[in-house]
Amino acid sequence: MSATTHAPAHGHAHDDHHAHPTGLKRWLFTTNHKDIGTLYLWFSFVMFLMGGVMALLIRAELFQPGLQFVKPEFFNSLTTVHGLVMVFGAIMPAWVGFANWLIPMQIGAADMAFPRMNNWSFYLVVPAAILLVASFFVPGGAAASGWTLYPPLIIQQGISIDMTILAVHILGASSIMGSINIITTILNLRAPGMTLMKMPLFVWTWLITAYLLIAVMPVLAGAVTMLLTDRHFGTSFFNAAGGGDPTMFMHIFWFFGHPEVYIMILPAFGVVSAILPAFARKPLFGYASMVYATASIAILSFIVWGHHMFTVGMPAAGNLFFMYATMLIAVPTGVKVFNWIATMWQGSMTFETPMLFAIGFICLFTIGGFSGLVLAITPVDITLHNTYYVVAHFHYVLVSGALFSIFAGIYFWLPKFTGKMYHEGLGKLHFWLSLIGFNIAFFPQHFLGLAGMPRRIPDYALQFAEWNMWSSVGAFIFGFSQLLFLYNVIECIRSSRKAPDNPWEVQDSLEWTHLPSPAPYHSFETAPVVK
Amino acid sequence: MPMGPSLISRLLSPLAAAAALAPGLSRASYGLDMLPPASPIASQIYDLHWAIMWVCVAIFVVVFGAMFYSVFKHRKSAGAKAAHFHENTTVEVVWTVIPLLILVGMAYPATKTVLDMKDASNPDLTIKVTAYQWAWEYDYLQDGVKFNSNLATPRAQIEEWEKTGAPKNKDYLLEVDNAMVVPVGKKVRLLVTANDVIHGWYVPQLGVNQYGIPGFVKDVWFTADKPGIYRGQCSQICGKEHGYMPIVVEAKAPEAYAAWVKERQAKSAPAPAATAAAAPAVAEDSNKVWAMAELMTSGEKVFAANCAACHQASGKGMPPTFPALDGSKVVNGAKGAQIALVLNGKPGTAMASFARLSDAELASVMTYTRNSWGNKSGDATQPAEIKSARK
Amino acid sequence: MSNASSGGYYFAPPSHWPLVGSAALLAMAVGGVLLMNGLAGGLATFLVGLAILVYMLFGWFGTVIRESRGGLFNSQVDISFRWSMSWFIFSEVMFFAAFFGALFYARVYSLPWLGDLDNKLLWPEFKTAWPSAGPYLPPQFTPMGAWGIPALNTALLLTSGITVTYAHWALKEGKRGALIGGLAATVLLGFVFLGFQVYEYVHAYQDLNLKLTSGIFGSTFFMLTGFHGFHVTLGAVMLTVILFRCMAGHFTPDNHFGFEAVAWYWHFVDVVWLLLFVFVYWV
Ligand code: HEA
Ligand code: HEA
Ligand code: HEC
Ligand code: CUA
Ligand SMILES: [Cu+2]
Repeated sequence: MSATTHAPAHGHAHDDHHAHPTGLKRWLFTTNHKDIGTLYLWFSFVMFLMGGVMALLIRAELFQPGLQFVKPEFFNSLTTVHGLVMVFGAIMPAWVGFANWLIPMQIGAADMAFPRMNNWSFYLVVPAAILLVASFFVPGGAAASGWTLYPPLIIQQGISIDMTILAVHILGASSIMGSINIITTILNLRAPGMTLMKMPLFVWTWLITAYLLIAVMPVLAGAVTMLLTDRHFGTSFFNAAGGGDPTMFMHIFWFFGHPEVYIMILPAFGVVSAILPAFARKPLFGYASMVYATASIAILSFIVWGHHMFTVGMPAAGNLFFMYATMLIAVPTGVKVFNWIATMWQGSMTFETPMLFAIGFICLFTIGGFSGLVLAITPVDITLHNTYYVVAHFHYVLVSGALFSIFAGIYFWLPKFTGKMYHEGLGKLHFWLSLIGFNIAFFPQHFLGLAGMPRRIPDYALQFAEWNMWSSVGAFIFGFSQLLFLYNVIECIRSSRKAPDNPWEVQDSLEWTHLPSPAPYHSFETAPVVK
Repeated sequence: MPMGPSLISRLLSPLAAAAALAPGLSRASYGLDMLPPASPIASQIYDLHWAIMWVCVAIFVVVFGAMFYSVFKHRKSAGAKAAHFHENTTVEVVWTVIPLLILVGMAYPATKTVLDMKDASNPDLTIKVTAYQWAWEYDYLQDGVKFNSNLATPRAQIEEWEKTGAPKNKDYLLEVDNAMVVPVGKKVRLLVTANDVIHGWYVPQLGVNQYGIPGFVKDVWFTADKPGIYRGQCSQICGKEHGYMPIVVEAKAPEAYAAWVKERQAKSAPAPAATAAAAPAVAEDSNKVWAMAELMTSGEKVFAANCAACHQASGKGMPPTFPALDGSKVVNGAKGAQIALVLNGKPGTAMASFARLSDAELASVMTYTRNSWGNKSGDATQPAEIKSARK
Repeated sequence: MSNASSGGYYFAPPSHWPLVGSAALLAMAVGGVLLMNGLAGGLATFLVGLAILVYMLFGWFGTVIRESRGGLFNSQVDISFRWSMSWFIFSEVMFFAAFFGALFYARVYSLPWLGDLDNKLLWPEFKTAWPSAGPYLPPQFTPMGAWGIPALNTALLLTSGITVTYAHWALKEGKRGALIGGLAATVLLGFVFLGFQVYEYVHAYQDLNLKLTSGIFGSTFFMLTGFHGFHVTLGAVMLTVILFRCMAGHFTPDNHFGFEAVAWYWHFVDVVWLLLFVFVYWV
C-alpha cells in the first residue's frame, strides 16, 4: 500500500539496514537479532554465576549444623535472591537469547518483527538486574522472604523489597515486549511454504511459551503492585484486619508461578527435540503429537496452581481439583518423553556433548517429574511441603532440566553462532563432571525432605548432617565445573577449528541447511522457499 | 494402594540397612525414608508415598530400560543403521491412555485420604495454636490451659561465627521449653492461626502441616497412635529465626494427660485473666511483690526466650531493623511507655504485642532490660504494674 | 499469511531510543523507591526519569511516524502491528484480571471465612457483608452508588465508543470533516469522563469517607477504577495525538493503523469499564 506511493524512501531504509555500527555502539544500539541474542546469552551466564555464588554460600553454610559463615537474615536473603536471579536472570534470559538467535533463522526471516523493541527488551533486563543485586547493599539487606514474596513477611522488610518489586515490574515489561515480538515474528514473518506444522519444534515451544508469558507476567505485575500499595499506601489486599487475605497473594502469585515454571522448561523441550534427531540420524518421532502435547501442558498449567498451597487450608474440593489437574500434566509430558525415546529407537546414534546433555536431560528431568507427581498427591505433599524434597524436585527440573538443555543447546549451535568447533573432549568432561556433581548435590536432598528437613533454614538438626554434607560437596563440584563451561566457550571462540556449515548433518532446519557457519550478520534477506 | 506398602517397606529395609552399614558410612544416620508414622493419617500418607514411589520406579525402569537398550544397541559405533519411521498413531494413543489409567489408580486412594484428612468433625479436644515470630502459643480451649513454647537450645550451641560452638544437644534445634501435650488415641483438633506473618505447624510423624495465617483460623486434626515425643519445625519462612521455631508434641496415655492438665491448671489458677501463661521460671501471682534479684534472674530467661532473637542477648539489636535496647530512649525513659509498647507492640513492625506473656514475666523482662548492659534505671517493675497497665 | 519478506519488510536500523528508555525507567524506579521510603532526592530523581521517558516517547514515536510517512511500512509490517497490538491488549486484560481476581476472591472467599464460626475466636463481632472494610478497620464509609455518576459515565464511554467507530467509518469513506468531528467528540467524551471520575473521587474522600485505606472495599474500588482511569487517560492522550495526526492528514482510507490501534485500545478500556460498572458499583 503505502510502499507504492512513497517508493523512493525505500532504498534509504535499505542502506540503514546494512549500516554496521562497530565497537560499543554496535552492542548498545543494536537491532540485530543475533547481537541481541548474544547479549542475552552472556547476560544470562553472568547472572548464573552470581546466582551460583549465592548457592555456594548457601551450601557452605549448610555443610554442617550450626551457624558458621552467615547470619540467619543474610542466609534468607541469599536464598531469596538466588531464586530470583536464577529464574529471572539466568534461565529466562537464556531462553530469550536462544529465541533471538534461532527463531528468525529457523523460520527463514531476516530478523525479528520489531528490532528496536527487541533491543529495549534486553536493555530493560539490565536495570532490573541492577536493582535486584544492589538491594544487597541497602540498609536492612536484600529481600529475605523467599522468591515467592509472601506477605505479610514482605510487608515487614525495608527498602530492598521496593527495589525487588520494581525490578519485577521492569522484568515483566521486558518479557511482555519480548514475547509480543516473538509471537509476531512467528506468526507473520515465516518464509513462503513454512507452514505452522513445518516449523521446528523449538519455534513451536517458544510460540506457546510466549503466549504463557503474555498471559501471566501482567498477573505477577498486578500481584506485586498490590504488595506495593499494601506496603506504602494503606490498602488491605493481604491484610485480614481490612478484609483481605494473605492467601489471596498466594493464589495470584501461583497463577503466575506455575505457568512460569513451564516457561522455563518448554523451550528446553524444543531444544531437545532438535538435538535428538540430529544425533540419532532419524527424524523426530511424532512431531504433531509433540506440538499438541506442548499446547496441552500450557493449557493445563493455568489450572494447577493450587498444588503449591495444599497446606493453606483450602476446602477438600479445592485440594482435590488441584491434585487431579496437576496429575494430568504427567500425561502430555509423558507423551514427550516417549516420543523422544522413540526418536532414538533404531537410530544410528553418536554421543557428542549436545547429545550427552540431551540424554542427561531426559533421564534427570523425568526423575524431577516423578518427584513432582509425588508432591502432587495432596496427602503426601502435606508431609513434604516446604521440605528439601521440594528443593530436590525443582532443581531436578530446573538444573538438570532447563540448565542442562541450555548447555546442550549452546554446544549444539556454537558452530553456527561462532563458526568454530568447540573442543569435544572438554565438552564431554564438562558433561560428566556436571552430571556427577549435580546428582551428589541434589539426590540426597530427597532423603532430607523425606526425613522432614524444612527448606529456607540456615541451620538444622543433627540427623540431617550427613546428607547435607554430601549435598554441599556435590554443589561445589557442580559449581566449579561450570567454570570449565566458560572456558570451553571462550576457547571455542578463539580456536582455529573452523566449523563446517552443517557439522551435525541436520536435514530439516533452515539454519543448518541454508546458511553458512558462522551465520552471516544478516541472514535470509531474501526469504528461502520451503517445500 | 491396598497390599503394597507394608510389603514394600519390608523390601526396602534391607536396602536401607545396607546403605547404613556400608563401609565408612556406618557411623552415619543415613535416613532414606519418611519418619515412622504415628497417626492414622500419617500411616495413610506413608503408604501412599511408597505406593506411588514404586509405581514411578517401575515406570522409570521400563522407560529408561528401553532408552538405554537403544543407547547401547542403536549406536553408530555398533554399526546401527538409522531407520526412518517417525509416526504411529497407535502407539501415541497407547502411551497416552496407559499413563492416564495409572494416574486414575493413584488418584483413588489419594482422594480417600484427602477426605479423611479434611474431616475434623467431632474432636475430643481442641487446641488453638497461635504462631508468633518466633514461638508457638498453645491454648487448650476446654481446659483453660495456655502457654508458650520456645526453642530450648542455647544460643551458645548455635552460633559459631567467632569460635566453635558448645557441643550440641541430641535434639539440637528440635527441643522446646514447653511441649504440646496430647492424649493418645483421642482426636485432637487444632485451630491454627498466627499473629504476625505466615508460619507452618508441621509435625511429619502426625501427618500435619498447616499454615498459620494471620487473621484467619484454619483447622486440622490428628490422633496420636502411641505415646511418644514427636518433633517438627515451622514450615513456612517467617523471618530470620524461621529455622529456630521447633514444635514438640508429647503424646501421653489419657490418665497421664489428665494429670498433666491438672498440674497446668493449678499453675495458672491464681492468674486472673485468661492471658496468664505458665512459665516455669516464675510462679504466677500478680499481687506478689518481687525482689530485684529475683526479677533479674527470671527476666534474663524471659528475655532470652522471647526478645533476644531480635534485640540480641547483648541488647545491641540489629539496627536498622531491630533497634538496640541498650541505651534506647524508650527503655531508659518512663516505665509506662515501655510497658505500653511491649504490651501492645508496634503495628507495622516486627515488634509484636507481648500481652500473651504473664504479668510476672513481663515485669521481670521489663526490670531486666532497664537494668542490663548500659541501662541503669535502678527501678524494679512489679507484676501489679503490668496488671494495671492491661486494659 | 506469511508471504515473501525479501527486502520489503522494514527492519528498524540501530537506535539509541531503547537505551534512553531503560535509563528513564531505572531513574524512575530508583526515584520511586526513594520517594516511597521518604528518602532524599526521590522526587527529583523520579521526575528526571519521567522527563527522560517523555522525551523518549516523543523521539521514538516520532521516528515511527516518520518511517510510516516515509512509506517504509508495507502490508506485512501492518500485519505485524496488528498482531502486536492485539497481544498487547491481551496482556492488559490479564493485568486487570489480577485485580478483578482479588475482588472476587475477597468477596467469595476471604470475607465469608473471616465471618465463619472458627474465626469468631479472632473476630467475635465480625459479620460477613459487602461492602466491607474488614473486621478491624472501622467500616464507617458509604459505598459509591451505581446509578449516579457511574451510570452517567457508562453512558459517556459507550457513546464515545460509537463516536470513535463513526470516525473510523468516516476515515474509510474519506470524509475528513466527519472523521475529525467524530474523533474530537470521542476525545471530549473521554475527558468529560475523567472529569467526572475526579469529581467522584473527591466526593468519596470528602463526603463518603471512602478512601484507599477503607479496607478491602476501598482497596479494590480505588485500584480498579484508578487503573482504569489511568488507562482512559492514556487512551485519551493517544486519541488526541491521533486527532492531530488526522488533522495533519497522516492517514489514508486504506492506511491508518495508528488510528485503528488507538480505537481498539479505546474499546478495550470501554469493556473494562462495563465490567467495573457491574462488579464494582452495581452488584
Ligand atoms: C521447570 C520447572 C518445573 C517443572 C517442569 C515442574 C513440573 C512439575 N511439578 Fe514442580 N515445581 C517447580 C518447578 C517445576 N515443576 C518449582 C520451582 C517448585 C517450587 C516453587 C517454590 O515453592 O519455591 C515446584 C513445586 C511443585 C509442587 C509444590 C510442592 C510444595 O511446595 O509442596 C508440586 C506439587 O504438586 C509440583 C508438581 C509438579 C508436577 C506434577 C510437574 C509435572 O509437570 C511433571 C510431569 C513429568 C513427569 C511425570 C515425568 C515424565 C512422564 C512420564 C515418563 C509419563 C509416565 C508417568 C506417569 C504415568 C506417572 N511442583
Ligand atoms: C532457576 C534455576 C536454578 C538454578 C540453576 C539453581 C542452581 C542451584 N541451586 Fe537453587 N534454587 C532455585 C533455582 C535454581 N537454583 C530456586 C527458585 C530456589 C528457591 C528459592 C526460595 O526458597 O525462595 C532455590 C533454592 C536453593 C536451595 C534451598 C535454599 C533454602 O531453602 O534455604 C539450595 C540449597 O542447596 C540451592 C542450591 C543450588 C545449587 C547448589 C545450584 C547450582 O546449580 C549452582 C551452581 C553453581 C555455580 C554456577 C557457581 C559457579 C561459580 C563459581 C564456581 C565461582 C566463580 C566466581 C566468579 C567467576 C565470580 N538452591
Ligand atoms: C520479632 C522481633 C522482635 C521481638 C521478638 C521483640 N522485639 Fe522489641 N522491637 C522490635 C522492632 C522491629 C522494634 C522497632 C519498632 C520500631 O520501628 O519502632 C522493637 C522495639 C522495641 C522497643 C523500643 C526500642 C526503641 O528504642 O525504640 C522496646 C523497648 C522493645 N522492642 C522491647 C522488647 C521486649 C521487652 C521484647 C521481648 C519481650 C521484644 N522487644 C521482643 C522487634 C522485636
Ligand atoms: Cu515460623 Cu517459619
Ligand atoms: Cu507448580
